Amino acid sequence: MALKGLDIFKLTPKTNCKECGNPTCMAFAMKVAQGSIEVTKCPHLSEEVLAKLAESTAPPMKTLTLKSGDTEYKLGGETVLFRHEKTFVSKTLYAFTLSDTMDDAEVKAVMDESLKVDYERIGERMYAELIFVKYTGNADRFVELARKAAEAGRGVILSCSDPATASKAVAEIADAKPVLDGANASNYEEMSKIATENGLLLGVTGENLDELYDTVEKLEALGNKNLVLNVGCNSIKTAFEAAVQIRRAAILNKDRVFGYPSLVDVAAMAPGDEAMQTALASLFTVKYGSIIVLEKMTYAESLALHGLRQNIFTDPQKPMKVEPGIYPLNKADENAPCCITVDFALTYFVVSGELERSGVPVNLLISDAGGYSVLTAWAAGKLSASSIAKFITDYDIENKIKNRNLILPGKVAVLKGELQEKLPGWNVVVGPNEAVALVKFMREFANK
Amino acid sequence: MPFKKPVQKFNAAINAVELGVGEKKIVLGGQNVMPFYTFDNAIENPPRIGVEISDLGFEDQVPGIRDFYAGCKTVADMAKKAAELEDVDFVCIRLDSADPNGENAPVADCVETARAVSEAIDKPLVIIGCDNDEKDAQLFEKVADALQGKNALYLSAKEENYKSIAAAVGLAYGQKVGAESSVDLNLAKQLNVLISQIGVDAKNIVMNIGTAASGYGFEYVISTLDRVNSAALSQNDAMLQMPIITPVSSETWAVKESTATEEDMPQWGSAETRGISMEVTTAVAVLASGSSAVILRHPTSIKTVAKLIKELI
Ligand code: B12
Ligand code: SF4
Repeated sequence: MALKGLDIFKLTPKTNCKECGNPTCMAFAMKVAQGSIEVTKCPHLSEEVLAKLAESTAPPMKTLTLKSGDTEYKLGGETVLFRHEKTFVSKTLYAFTLSDTMDDAEVKAVMDESLKVDYERIGERMYAELIFVKYTGNADRFVELARKAAEAGRGVILSCSDPATASKAVAEIADAKPVLDGANASNYEEMSKIATENGLLLGVTGENLDELYDTVEKLEALGNKNLVLNVGCNSIKTAFEAAVQIRRAAILNKDRVFGYPSLVDVAAMAPGDEAMQTALASLFTVKYGSIIVLEKMTYAESLALHGLRQNIFTDPQKPMKVEPGIYPLNKADENAPCCITVDFALTYFVVSGELERSGVPVNLLISDAGGYSVLTAWAAGKLSASSIAKFITDYDIENKIKNRNLILPGKVAVLKGELQEKLPGWNVVVGPNEAVALVKFMREFANK
Repeated sequence: MPFKKPVQKFNAAINAVELGVGEKKIVLGGQNVMPFYTFDNAIENPPRIGVEISDLGFEDQVPGIRDFYAGCKTVADMAKKAAELEDVDFVCIRLDSADPNGENAPVADCVETARAVSEAIDKPLVIIGCDNDEKDAQLFEKVADALQGKNALYLSAKEENYKSIAAAVGLAYGQKVGAESSVDLNLAKQLNVLISQIGVDAKNIVMNIGTAASGYGFEYVISTLDRVNSAALSQNDAMLQMPIITPVSSETWAVKESTATEEDMPQWGSAETRGISMEVTTAVAVLASGSSAVILRHPTSIKTVAKLIKELI
């Protein structure tokens, strides 16, 4: 259980020597309780006290590191159940599956399709970070696929509860630092040994939550605290319950036994049904899945799920804004037409992406709209004919750009008349509603 | 030590609101636990799925939807076809033709459409306007009159036009008022208060707290749902206990992920599959955050979301 400020104060020397940068030991204790200062800032605490404090002031859920090729990802470390309470911190990672039952053609098809999905959305690389290699009895094939997965440069999860086979596969790809998923009530000792010796995260599962809890306690007793909890796949209902209960136990009850990230194999819950896997992946992205395993990663799944993930894991305390100003695209110069939009980062990325795709030189004008989307800014009075006219003056656009075409977002077509009056000499044009239509629109506009 | 299961059972519940009449009527809401948390307490009324059709048809329709309605000659035919889908709990007709900036169809024509649709189906009906505040107010008044006794739901009454809509739909003709606000807990609450002050019983109000497609400012939608749900259950806030309905398809079928053609984005694959994926992802996320009903278009999305709901409840 977490200690209160007063409990922590009792453990300090109470000398108020100020070496920690605080006027009193009490002030120091309060800050430790809030998590705003490290206990180690006081040089006068005994080892014993430090250990006690470290344990009780540790966050409810461990933060673990996972390797995916050259990249390292954080798993866990969450402190709230809902993002508005603070923020979610470690984004859900997605995996696709290779099974030892698949022949070469099947493996190639899944690899080709899934590895192809690799693109950028609002400054973030979107792809399946992990490959889930599944053992169902063919040890040689499993080891072979493990190697194939490791060579793909993504992170690897070895799904195998047979210690002998697991050990072979681990030996084959130890450098890739795979997650070893397969510890359970009967094999946990051996599995834990393999994982610890190789410095790997260990995936644990149980027939039900009680069994899982019991196995985690036993693993912790062995000194292994690098765990990922597999919520199982007996049914969708039990998997959902497990994902929620594990997270709730850690955060509401401060029950550290369940203070670990989770793994959800949705491929096993809906084999062959892509739409259902998408539905499940959406459910577990919103509700507490740290790693989600799909059969494959298609563009259709990725566009929807990565977009969802990017939204859910943005920090509500940090507005996503870009700097107002002129953004010349496709080598635009002073003779290129202007498109105007708002300073909401999402809008900027969507619109600039489409304008770049059009290949037409254009000056994208980002006006100061308080970081809001087009319609939100319009409804809030931050995107109006006056605000646009003011932007044109403040940024000295008329001297910097010679072209007098100004393209408005279609969603604020109503501004056209008033803006035209405020900007004599300009030709105000209403663009399409959705940025996706800008490619065609700009090409036609350029040809006029 | 054995595992101590946390339980969050609340002393408050979401209002149970009845839609439609007869054998196929449904109840939205009623739960006193977080969405799908059946392990905390049983959820009597599962979240519901509606199918959306427009009196203009939809532009750029994907094959799966076009083929499904093949052979339908009128909007009523489409409604009948849609209502026959086993997984569909209600039908939702958009009176897009009424839009003064579009076809500007006369109110009387739209009333006729609504009546024909309502007669063609035995499932509850949801009426969506043309998103013009004034026209919707005129429209809903007349439609609600024509559909008396049908217990339909009207989307939506907004801050700008709730007075006439709530009075006509909720008071004069005793049907269900949909209160639409824009992604903000306080705005949602305020509108419910205003509509209640007119005299509409809270049990006759359903909320649409605003929506977006996954990836498009959707985090605000999720957080607003989370906050409304938590205020309703843990703070027993009676002015936020109305069940929530979320029109998903009108957002998800408009964004690039669903509309970009294959020629345009060859590596992306079938636009139809992408559209389904966007629709399913967005729908499941709002249901998992407290929406009691979603409005969808594609038969595959409907089947998939229905299956997930069945598995979870
Ligand atoms: C998230 C959101 C918010 C967030 C803000 C997020 C942000 N940073 O903007 C919050 C919750 C804070 C918010 C607040 C409000 N909101 Co708001 N919000 C939304 C929501 C759900 C999504 C907006 C979004 O992120 N869209 C994604 C971005 C990328 O879209 P976009 O900027 O429009 O860009 C697209 C196009 O416009 C186009 N485009 C962009 N630039 C350009 C440029 C050119 C040249 C061209 C051709 C095209 C183009 O390309 C993009 C992709 O296609 C929408 C509903 C919806 N589904 O859209 C409501 C919505 C915009 N909000 C609305 C309202 C009314 C408000 C408030 C006024 C509510 C209030 N009374 O408090 C406030 C205003 C702010 C304030 N006073 O505090 C209304 C606006 C109504 C209207 N039709 O005018 C909407 C439509 C909801 C609704 N249906 O009622 N909102
Ligand atoms: S350094 Fe330690 S002993 Fe000195 S004031 Fe700070 S808490 Fe007290």
